Amino acid sequence: MSTVRFIACVAALVAGGSASAAELNLYTTREPGLMQPLLDAYTTATGTKVNAIFIKDGLAERVAAEGANAPADVLMTVDFGRLIDLSDKGLTQKVASKTLEAAVPAQFRDPDGQWFGLSARARVAYVSKERLGDLKALTYEELADPKYKGKVCIRSGQHPYNTSLIAAVITRDGPEAAKTWLTGLKANLAQKPAGGDRDGARDILAGVCDVAIGNSYYVGLMLSGKGGAEQKKWAEAVNVVLPTFAKGGTHVNVSGAAVAKNAPNRDEAVRFLEFLVSDEAQGVFAQANYEYPIKAGAPVDPILADFGALKADSTPLVEIAKNRKAASALVDQVGFDN
Amino acid sequence: MTREAAVPVAPPPRPGRGWLAASLAVALLALAPVAGLVGLASRGSGDLWPHLAAYVLPRALLDTVLLLMGVGVVASAIGVGAAWLVTAYRFPGRGLFDWLLLLPLAMPTYIAAYAYLDLLHPIGPVQATLRGLFGIARPQDLWFPDIRSLGGCAALLGLVLYPYVYLTTRALFLTQSANMLEAARTLGAGGVRAFGTVALPLARPAIAVGVSLALMEALNDIGAAEFLGVRTLTVSIYSTWVNRSSVEGAAQIALAMLAIVLALVFVERFARRRHGIAAAANAPRRASARTPGGFGQTLCVLACALPILLGFGAPAAYLAVAALERVAEFGLPPQLGREIWNSTAFAGAATLLAVTLGFLVAYAARMTREAPMARVALRAASVGYAMPGAVLAVGLLTPLAAFDNAVDGVMRQAFGVSTGLLLSGAGAALVYAYVVRFLAIPIGAAEAGLARIPLTLDHAARSLGAGPSGLARSVHLPLAAPAVGAAALLVFVDAMKELPATLLLRPLNVETLATHVYGEAARGTYESGAVAALAIVLCGLPPVALIARASLRRG
Repeated sequence: MSTVRFIACVAALVAGGSASAAELNLYTTREPGLMQPLLDAYTTATGTKVNAIFIKDGLAERVAAEGANAPADVLMTVDFGRLIDLSDKGLTQKVASKTLEAAVPAQFRDPDGQWFGLSARARVAYVSKERLGDLKALTYEELADPKYKGKVCIRSGQHPYNTSLIAAVITRDGPEAAKTWLTGLKANLAQKPAGGDRDGARDILAGVCDVAIGNSYYVGLMLSGKGGAEQKKWAEAVNVVLPTFAKGGTHVNVSGAAVAKNAPNRDEAVRFLEFLVSDEAQGVFAQANYEYPIKAGAPVDPILADFGALKADSTPLVEIAKNRKAASALVDQVGFDN
Repeated sequence: MTREAAVPVAPPPRPGRGWLAASLAVALLALAPVAGLVGLASRGSGDLWPHLAAYVLPRALLDTVLLLMGVGVVASAIGVGAAWLVTAYRFPGRGLFDWLLLLPLAMPTYIAAYAYLDLLHPIGPVQATLRGLFGIARPQDLWFPDIRSLGGCAALLGLVLYPYVYLTTRALFLTQSANMLEAARTLGAGGVRAFGTVALPLARPAIAVGVSLALMEALNDIGAAEFLGVRTLTVSIYSTWVNRSSVEGAAQIALAMLAIVLALVFVERFARRRHGIAAAANAPRRASARTPGGFGQTLCVLACALPILLGFGAPAAYLAVAALERVAEFGLPPQLGREIWNSTAFAGAATLLAVTLGFLVAYAARMTREAPMARVALRAASVGYAMPGAVLAVGLLTPLAAFDNAVDGVMRQAFGVSTGLLLSGAGAALVYAYVVRFLAIPIGAAEAGLARIPLTLDHAARSLGAGPSGLARSVHLPLAAPAVGAAALLVFVDAMKELPATLLLRPLNVETLATHVYGEAARGTYESGAVAALAIVLCGLPPVALIARASLRRG
């Protein structure tokens, strides 16, 4: 409680003394179940009431249409491609904050301060304990190796988590090499891409495949038992391997936020972002959803720590984002989802 | 022109303008999202189309056509078959099956898809039981069809959507005059032949209406198709929008799809333009139901029980178990009461409005004696049913916000007061979206209900001194009420289940049952959404029971 009070005092001072009856409007593509603990912590710390709406797709279109009257102060998304989209469409505004710049590594925020990453998730491999128990290291390139023929499961190639990975391959190796890789990966699939990341673990337990591509936090969620006893069994059937590029690190996506261009409560919005990179909030990201904190040195959840040390690939997200559409087109071209 | 005719002669005056204007106004409201889409589409989509034509559309078109064919076959076989059994035969439980067959209406397709994937997964209960029976140890050694496929998706949608066919066909079988069927029987055509040669051809318009409702639902589905890995046109629209960040391109595909759908609807209507079936205003004498032998009765029971079990029983039981586990461990979700209220309030408001406007549009067509403009308005007002909810919602964003911002601008100028987002801020936008999306249902019902009232009845009422409002109040409304009532309940259930438009257009701090379920499903914690999912189904049950009662009374 004392940390909360301390933050409350600091925040109140930063905000100019008065924190009563303030409000903040949040548009988010992050699911309500994951947001609520953070919002509650913020309200406790500052007394600010947070009004939120969870929108899956169309957040950008809605803010754009609402225009000058849009009530949104903060726009939050779970994928950097969406964040960059927002700033490309001119729906965000520049924020100059020493706190944010100090907390968020340069590769995970916009150089111009239009958006900031807040938590990180790695695109990892779930591998069968039973059939690939000895596998300790893996490269993304190897996933296209014929030795895994008929052994790989993955969700739709058009899902943002996958287009982001494919865009990273294009950025690193060029479009031709990326096409060869994706074609090879397609040839290795055990079944048509469908479902979500967790289905990969379940399909491994069912013997459908040996390796599945998924986000890191799903394993934490499944192992914790928050998703029910069934899912715990799925997660216990797999080991998590943090794959790397042959000459690089692990592909990392971020969830992040931006201050809306027409934010009616701009100062409150900046204060909220700064709160989200505080040690307390970074801890909530880790506890509520088993994400990697964006802030260097913030503690990682023990379940995640078990996967081994995360060595994030250093390719800047803004560079990867430029190839997002090409990645989506490539998925169609190789008929990945067919 | 209408003024001179206001003398008491036999043909009533043509009360044209007022009705026509009101009807056109409704049509304009319904066309607003299409206008929004045209606006988006006209911004251009760069070089998207060559790519779409080469890699996306051929496959999406093929999958869509195959999916619709599959759904059409499954839904019409079950819907027509069950309707025939419960109207033409006597067997144990018939009265119960009569309305239980409607239950899948309460089951949202995306929830059925989540439930079935769990039930039929290699490590789910069904395959585990089968392995136990056959003594197979490893899941991979048992061959079992994968529901994550085109066939699986078609079967699932058909099983959940057949009640649309059942509802319309059953109503028609009930009102079919006994004379024709009995004539067929006298001429030696037994049960099956009487069905094939008399009942079925006569029921064709009703079957067509029911099947097209089911197919529209299937075409516009995104949750189930995407989850089961089927790449339909609607999924492609979605993917173009989200992954190419091309709302322009998505709007173009959506408009093309809308044009195709409307063309098909037109062709279908044109094909049966001469099949108008006159019906008497009083209920015709019903053909007596036959009592088959013991084996036949057993078959009837099985044929009726199976669709209910598969389309409703299995997924509902799965939800109930999952929900009970959740409640036992974590208690009821704290927001549940509020979400139930939000869902029912939005759906209720939309139902009232949709039924009023739908009746108005259909009535205007009658009161202007089917003036071409009134017919056009009627068709235009029905357009929302042919659009996926997400597309409709995106199309609505621009016109709605433009309206809100214009009002705000005027108020600021004139009074120095900001009204902010008047429609979107208060949830009116959502009600509007539901009304446009489902307006076709009450329009169709009111049209059909009114068509059954012969014009001679109007003339009789007017010669007895009834004015236009008296005619509406004491003749048309009471006679069309059952049909419109059933439509109202259908709108309510559909609005409760609606997801994509709800997700995009609701105001800040508002969650409905459907958005709650989706919020959990999107992060893979289906179990946490089970209670809300079950609540959607439970809230849908009373209206479904009422639909059944209303249509039973008619029979």
